[in-house]
Amino acid sequence: MNEVMDYIEMKIPAKPDYVGVIRLTLSGVASRMGYTYEEIEDMKIALSEACTNAVQHAYQMDEGGEVIVGFGVYPNKLEMVVADSGKSFDFIQTKNELGPYTESSTVEQLSEGGLGLFLIETLMDEVRVLNHSGVTVFMVKYRSGERDNHDTTIANRETN
Amino acid sequence: MNIYIDKHQNDREIVVLVKGEIDAFTAPKLREELLPLAQGKNQLITVNLKDVSYLDSTGLGVFVGLFKQLKNNDGDLRLIELSDRLKRLFEITGLSNIMNICVNSEGGGR
Repeated sequence: MNEVMDYIEMKIPAKPDYVGVIRLTLSGVASRMGYTYEEIEDMKIALSEACTNAVQHAYQMDEGGEVIVGFGVYPNKLEMVVADSGKSFDFIQTKNELGPYTESSTVEQLSEGGLGLFLIETLMDEVRVLNHSGVTVFMVKYRSGERDNHDTTIANRETN
Repeated sequence: MNIYIDKHQNDREIVVLVKGEIDAFTAPKLREELLPLAQGKNQLITVNLKDVSYLDSTGLGVFVGLFKQLKNNDGDLRLIELSDRLKRLFEITGLSNIMNICVNSEGGGR
């Protein structure tokens, strides 16, 4: 149930111009997976906020570069990844580096986002942040029917 | 994806109609159009959001900035005809308790 079925990756210039393109892609992927209109709209906001943070991060560092957006399609959930390192990254490896989900790496590290990060945490079921050379944000939304299993899923992972 | 801003002044207030998606790309344009309107003393601005199909924190930031500037000059801001989606966004961020928000009487929706 936790194996990723399909993985879709996009790379955009670190400019606000392309955040809307990412939203369109998300709409396509999420509606194919059967998410409701409300869920898709929530995810669009969360993903845009993460992309906006990444774009602004890149701008502040004055490095231009690219933002990588990944969609991990699972039977019961969609996992979205936003990385602002500009370099391509190994989805599975980056995900494994998170290991058991301890609370040591929190969203506070992205605090310049303010309201944006608040929205990401409010609108998504799980949010994790990895801070290496760049910032990588992982966001998970469960399918409506799967939400009952949500808590046990987290608990299982934490004990691993 | 773009944004359209239509402004007109009546006897008491400036009414602004915004159409399109408000995000990191379009929010700077919206800010550029709206903030100069808030310079006058006692200025009232009403923004109709019925044709706004998308809004995130960048857009909320524009309205917060506009609201603060108007209040500083003893003016006020009114946001009208919010869809259910937009209303929810103002509610979960707590802004609906601070700002003057009017919902579409038809109940909003898409």
